[in-house]
Amino acid sequence: MTFAARQAGRSETDRVKQETEQRNISAGQSFVTELGQTQSLRAAVGSLSKHEQELMQTIDKLGVNRLERRRKEAQRLLRENGATHNVFDPLDTPRSWQFDPIPLIISSEEWAQLEAGLVQRAELLDLILADIYGPRKLIEKGLLPAELIFAHKGFLWPCVGLLPPTERHLNLYSANLVRGRDGRFWVIEDRPQLPHGSGYALENRIVMAQSFPRLFEDFQVHRLAMYFRALRTSLTQLARHNRAEPHIVVLTPGPEHDAYFEHAYLAAYLGYPLVQGGDLVVRDGFVWLKSVGGLQQVDVILRRLNDDLCDPLELRGDSLFGVPGLLEAVRRGNVATANTIGSSVLENPALMAFLPSLSRQLLGEELRLPSVATWWCGQPRERDFVLDNLDKLVVRPIHPLPGVRQMVPWELSGAEIEIWRERIFEAPHLYVGQELASLATAPSFVSDRIEPRTSIISTFLTAQEHSYVAMPGGLTRINATRDSLLIPNQEGRGCKDTWVLTPEPGKQVTFWRQAQPDQLIKPLIRTLPSRAAENLYWTGRYAERTEATSRLLRSILGKLRELKEFRDPDDRRNIEQLLPALTHVTATYPGFVGKNAAEKLADPREELLSLAADSKRQGSLRSTLRSLARSAYPVRDLLPEDAWRVVDNMQQNWRPKVVISQIGSGRLYDNINSLVVKLSAFSGLTHENMSRETAWLLLNIGRRLERALNLIELLKATLVPCYDPAMEAQMMETVLTTSNSLIVFRRRYRSFMQLSTILELLLKDESYPRALAYQLHQLQRHIEGLPRDQPTDAPRADEQLIARALADLRNIDHRQLTHLSGSDSTYPLLEKFLMAQKEHLDKLSGVLVQLYFSPVQVLQQMGATARQDRSS
Amino acid sequence: MKYRVTHTTSYLYTAPVATCRNQACLLPRETSRQKCLTSDLQILPGPSDLRERRDFFGNRLTHFAIQEAHKELVVTATSEVSVAATPLAPPPAGKRSWEQVARLLATDRSRQTLDALPYLFDSPFIKESRQLIDYARPSFPADRPLVEAVSDLMQRIYRDFKYDPGFTSISTPLAEVLKNRRGVCQDFAHLGIGCLRSIGLAARYVSGYIETLPPPGQERLVGADASHAWFAVYAPDAGWIDFDPTNNQLPMEQHITVSWGRDFSDVSPLRGIALGGGKHKVVVSVDVARQADNMA
Repeated sequence: MTFAARQAGRSETDRVKQETEQRNISAGQSFVTELGQTQSLRAAVGSLSKHEQELMQTIDKLGVNRLERRRKEAQRLLRENGATHNVFDPLDTPRSWQFDPIPLIISSEEWAQLEAGLVQRAELLDLILADIYGPRKLIEKGLLPAELIFAHKGFLWPCVGLLPPTERHLNLYSANLVRGRDGRFWVIEDRPQLPHGSGYALENRIVMAQSFPRLFEDFQVHRLAMYFRALRTSLTQLARHNRAEPHIVVLTPGPEHDAYFEHAYLAAYLGYPLVQGGDLVVRDGFVWLKSVGGLQQVDVILRRLNDDLCDPLELRGDSLFGVPGLLEAVRRGNVATANTIGSSVLENPALMAFLPSLSRQLLGEELRLPSVATWWCGQPRERDFVLDNLDKLVVRPIHPLPGVRQMVPWELSGAEIEIWRERIFEAPHLYVGQELASLATAPSFVSDRIEPRTSIISTFLTAQEHSYVAMPGGLTRINATRDSLLIPNQEGRGCKDTWVLTPEPGKQVTFWRQAQPDQLIKPLIRTLPSRAAENLYWTGRYAERTEATSRLLRSILGKLRELKEFRDPDDRRNIEQLLPALTHVTATYPGFVGKNAAEKLADPREELLSLAADSKRQGSLRSTLRSLARSAYPVRDLLPEDAWRVVDNMQQNWRPKVVISQIGSGRLYDNINSLVVKLSAFSGLTHENMSRETAWLLLNIGRRLERALNLIELLKATLVPCYDPAMEAQMMETVLTTSNSLIVFRRRYRSFMQLSTILELLLKDESYPRALAYQLHQLQRHIEGLPRDQPTDAPRADEQLIARALADLRNIDHRQLTHLSGSDSTYPLLEKFLMAQKEHLDKLSGVLVQLYFSPVQVLQQMGATARQDRSS
Repeated sequence: MKYRVTHTTSYLYTAPVATCRNQACLLPRETSRQKCLTSDLQILPGPSDLRERRDFFGNRLTHFAIQEAHKELVVTATSEVSVAATPLAPPPAGKRSWEQVARLLATDRSRQTLDALPYLFDSPFIKESRQLIDYARPSFPADRPLVEAVSDLMQRIYRDFKYDPGFTSISTPLAEVLKNRRGVCQDFAHLGIGCLRSIGLAARYVSGYIETLPPPGQERLVGADASHAWFAVYAPDAGWIDFDPTNNQLPMEQHITVSWGRDFSDVSPLRGIALGGGKHKVVVSVDVARQADNMA
């Protein structure tokens, strides 16, 4: 049905509804009848500001080539830190965002005005928030239409009356700004729910300072640390228990979220544990963090999880990210969140139309910082205006609607605009029209030259005492192309640092707290959160698994090369025995042991290449390296400073450019050689730099357990079968090479190759870091060092298991293991022993998960299927 | 009339639940014509963290957790309520036309109207739509008194829709119910509310029970009842007036109110989140027993 036909068919009921709308209180919405008012305010300024000119002079001196070189360096640093590359991205694609080294400059005079405007806006929104979840006088007085609250998805009914008795309820606030041609700033978007981007802003600054130190010499730029210090103070003050040292955590939806980098970055910078919903539990009305030493009470949650996902019991029941009972804990005053849960009600562009009058009413002041012109269609005059100007306005829903983003008229056909007209007509209160002013540009360095680009600036504020503190800076995202108009919500393709200039020379603000000279500061060692413990454990395991795979693969490649040169049939038989070992150690079945094994054994090259480079194949070197990066990334602040860089470097650069015909040529062999060196760098860094606390214990438990398991698999696959003497000697040599033990063995046993002596070295020697006994002994010591939930005398399951395994190993006589009877084709006792050891260790791994980590438990919703269905 | 209501909900799991956290909306609230004499919630295994509070709509919510592993959870609410008869004739204020009421809701900001506003807009299960307006239209000609118009709407829902417990589930959207003309009491209540809100009236969902009488000569079956739902419309001066479209009657002495909200999602009798538990089965039994009325 066309719009005209629909209108003609409108009935009595619709007319009445329209009429009642007409009478709706129109007061409050500041109404602009003519488009272009914003333009007329603008002076025609096309030239650069004084500071921009100075900056450009400095940059000219630098020259484009050097600028590009430094830009690349900055880009590399960003990538390494995870800002532009997400190791958790299943597609493994780097984010296409470019670092622009020309900062956006805000003079100190401009900033003073802007800051005052931002603070005022935060204060205003805070008062509105308090009213919405409190007395709702704004509806009563006709200052806000009821549907902007009751019909808005961000209004969370269970949160009414939930606001704590604190001074400020909006703890954090972020506004996205654009700059008009007259230099004035306009708010294009209020982001009060989850202020996104402050971590990126910080990261940009750090990278900028590293790559372009000279630029900072010519300008006095405000530091950002002050803002983060205010944020930390603000969070500390939210605590209602343990006020001296409150336990604060950062709640993230998890690694799959595209802003996970920022969550992890902020958490590490602020020094708070990064947790997911599953790591927190509500008990007895309090929130607790699962940690290696048991549950720890949490006082404040800096959340990066949408409002409606925070508590599946009272909010969205299908949320897998939240904490059941969180709202009740907040209600009882036992935990505080920043932002306040429910602040999503302010994420409504329609509010912009009401802010000028609300500012007058609530603050007795004019709104200092204007919003882009906004018309809310819930009132008839404004709706008609928007419908009349659909070809000029951007239309957005007041809250996210499934399948509806925003309408940008010049991107749509006439028919598509008609669909929007229908939508607005059906539910006018759900839409606003906004004018996108033409904007000022700033010089930007893109694709090797300097171009003018428009940009969006994200600013960040945090509550402090009675008011707000703004970050003197922000995150500036520049538009993708030279001509593209600025559109809210669309991610800019580039980002740059944002400089707020200060007249005071070089005022040092550090993030560190100042201690009094005689103040006694006690060390605070909190037990490790289970999530971090689990990641450290897997970091250890994957690092070791990478090494084991590398070494075995390298041995095989070496043999392949020998075979190519000497064509010795013994070499071929040796390889045929080794290949299945590779499948077992990497658990990449069927591989060289299952179906089509004969084919693969005859020509192993394709399978070998896959095990080296296939990112989609679990157990391949490439995929294990990615798993290593994924485990290490969230705990990189617990690892030594350079450790993450090594991991990232391995993960990024392991892309062997080898084709099948080159397997065995030595090329892949060389690649693996350099990988093994990097792995040693990683293990050396962790070994030499980590304090022997729980984090180190878990990293090493992972490593020892993995090494023990790999060794067992290797021995099972290579030394359990019986060979003829020549073949056996060759096999033993390969095993010793693979386990990096050939030199030790040769020195100790003077080149007498004998199975029982090999077993003596590789199984029994507790002082030899490649031996099974060493792994078990270390495991026992580390496990004993782990904190206990409750002190008891009875040994825990993990202690029992490792003690059993170690006792079995100590009791076995390695000479007996090589005993053969009659027609045996394998060493049965050795096999049995290795199997038993493996079983102990597999069990141990399961027990560790249960005792110390955050085992995934499926949340299920109850009551969703019960319905009311009584008839009588 | 005096009743004793027993509402038992059992969750049976195939695997142990480590912990669970729940919210019950099972204890009857007081209304202008209903008194709650006693009410009690029994929870097995024993709950921790139990607390009762009033929600936004004034309902009695009980929050509780089970912090020990269990394979079965049984929640039994037992209440004694007395319900007074409603006067048959609609109050004089009910003579206002429905347009007048809609206009009042859009413009008036007295305390009474403000309290009705939360029930004027879309809610999780109920979205206003052209289809709902079209269905409502015949009952709402110009200047028709509100109560008369809503009674007509109730009657039409009763006549046009088939009671069919097998057809809909909790997730069946209102549009499907409207298209297929079948559903259960919850669907009919949602439908009525959707029609009323779509034309600018405030309507709420009422959750409760209804007394059922056995056919003559037969024993009443204990526990064979179920929870019931209907809707109420906001009429200025008169307050809220209940309508039961499933039975085509104005709820009187046989309807027992537990709670109300914008739709079912606000007043779900028992909701919860369990950790673990495998698959689960729910068994609900309701018993509404008339008591000797010694208050009369």
